[in-house]
Amino acid sequence: MRRIISLIILAVIAVGFILTFSQIPFGKDKIDVANYYIKKGIEETGAVNIVTSVVLNYRGFDTLGEVTILFVAAIGLGTVLFVEKKVKEIASKSEDRSKRASLILRTGSHLLFPLILLFGAYVFVHGHLTPGGGFQGGAVIASGFLLMYLAFPRQSIDKKSFSVVESLGGLIFVGIGLLGLVFSGYFLTNFLPKGIPNTIFSAGIIPIIYIALGLKIGFELTSIIDDLLGRSR
Amino acid sequence: MNLIYNWMYYIASGGLILIGLYIVLVKTNLIKIVIGLHFVNTGVNILLICIGYIRGRTAPIFSKPGINPTNVVDPVPQALVLTAIVIGVAVLALALSIVIKVYGHNKTLNVSRIKGLKW
Repeated sequence: MRRIISLIILAVIAVGFILTFSQIPFGKDKIDVANYYIKKGIEETGAVNIVTSVVLNYRGFDTLGEVTILFVAAIGLGTVLFVEKKVKEIASKSEDRSKRASLILRTGSHLLFPLILLFGAYVFVHGHLTPGGGFQGGAVIASGFLLMYLAFPRQSIDKKSFSVVESLGGLIFVGIGLLGLVFSGYFLTNFLPKGIPNTIFSAGIIPIIYIALGLKIGFELTSIIDDLLGRSR
Repeated sequence: MNLIYNWMYYIASGGLILIGLYIVLVKTNLIKIVIGLHFVNTGVNILLICIGYIRGRTAPIFSKPGINPTNVVDPVPQALVLTAIVIGVAVLALALSIVIKVYGHNKTLNVSRIKGLKW
C-alpha cells in the first residue's frame, strides 16, 4: 500500500519535472546574469577563473553563509557524538592493541601523504588561475588525512591545534571582509591591488581568502572524520 | 537517438532524484534513507551543472589565449554546486551521526519499529 502511494507521488513529481524541463533546452545559450561576470570579471576582480571570482567576489557573502553551514554541521556532529565517544575510548583501549593495517597500506601512505597535502595546497593556492580552489583543495587534504586514519587506526590528530587553525581560517575570511568595509565602504570588497591577470600574485583578496578557506575546510572535514572514526575505535 | 542526445543529462539527474525519493519513501532502514537523501543531493547538483552547460563551449577560465567571452559556459551554477558538494558531505556526516545516536537509543535501524517515527 505504502509502495503504491509512493509510486503515485513519484509519478506526479516526474510529470512536473518533465513539463518544466521540456521548456528548458539542453546545451543552448541561455546565459543572462552571468554575461556581465564573463565580460567584466577579469578587469573587475583580476582573477582569470570566473567561477572563483563569482564564488569569492560577486557572491562572497553567500559563500560566507555556506562556510557557516559547514561549520555548524561539524559542530553539530561533534556535539551529537561527544558523550559516548569518551566512554567507548576507555573501554576499547586494551583490546585494539593487536589491530594494525597491512604493510602495503602503511608504507604507501607514508609515501603518498605528503604528496596529497602538496597537491591540496597547490589546488587552493592556484584557485584564481586554474580549476580548483579552497573547497576542492580542502577536500583533497581531508582525503589525505583519511588515508592516514586507515593506515594508522590507533593514532589520532591533535584536536586542539586543528580547531585553532580552523577558527583562524574563518576569522581571516570575516576579518578581510571587515577590512573591505573599512577601506572601501562595502563588506568583502576587493581592496588590494588587482595585479596582472594570470600571475600568482593577482586578484587582490581572492587568493588570501582561498588559502584560509582551504585550510579551514580541510581541517574541518578531518575533524569530522575523526569524530566518526572515534566511535568505532 | 535524438531524444538521448538532447535530454540525456536531464534524464540522468531526474532519474537520480526520483530514485532517491523512492528510497526515502519506501525503505525502512535509516542508513538506506540517508543514502537516498544523498542520491537526491547528487541529482540536484548534476541538474544545476547541466542547466548551465552550453554545447561546444569550454570552462569559464581565461588562462589560455583563444578563450574569449563568446565561447565559455555559465559560471554561476558551477559556483553554486562547488560549495554545495562540500556542504553535502558535511550534512551527510551529520545525518549519519544522528543515525548512530538513534541506533544507540533504540537498538534498531528499522524506522517502522521506532515509536514516534511511524507513518
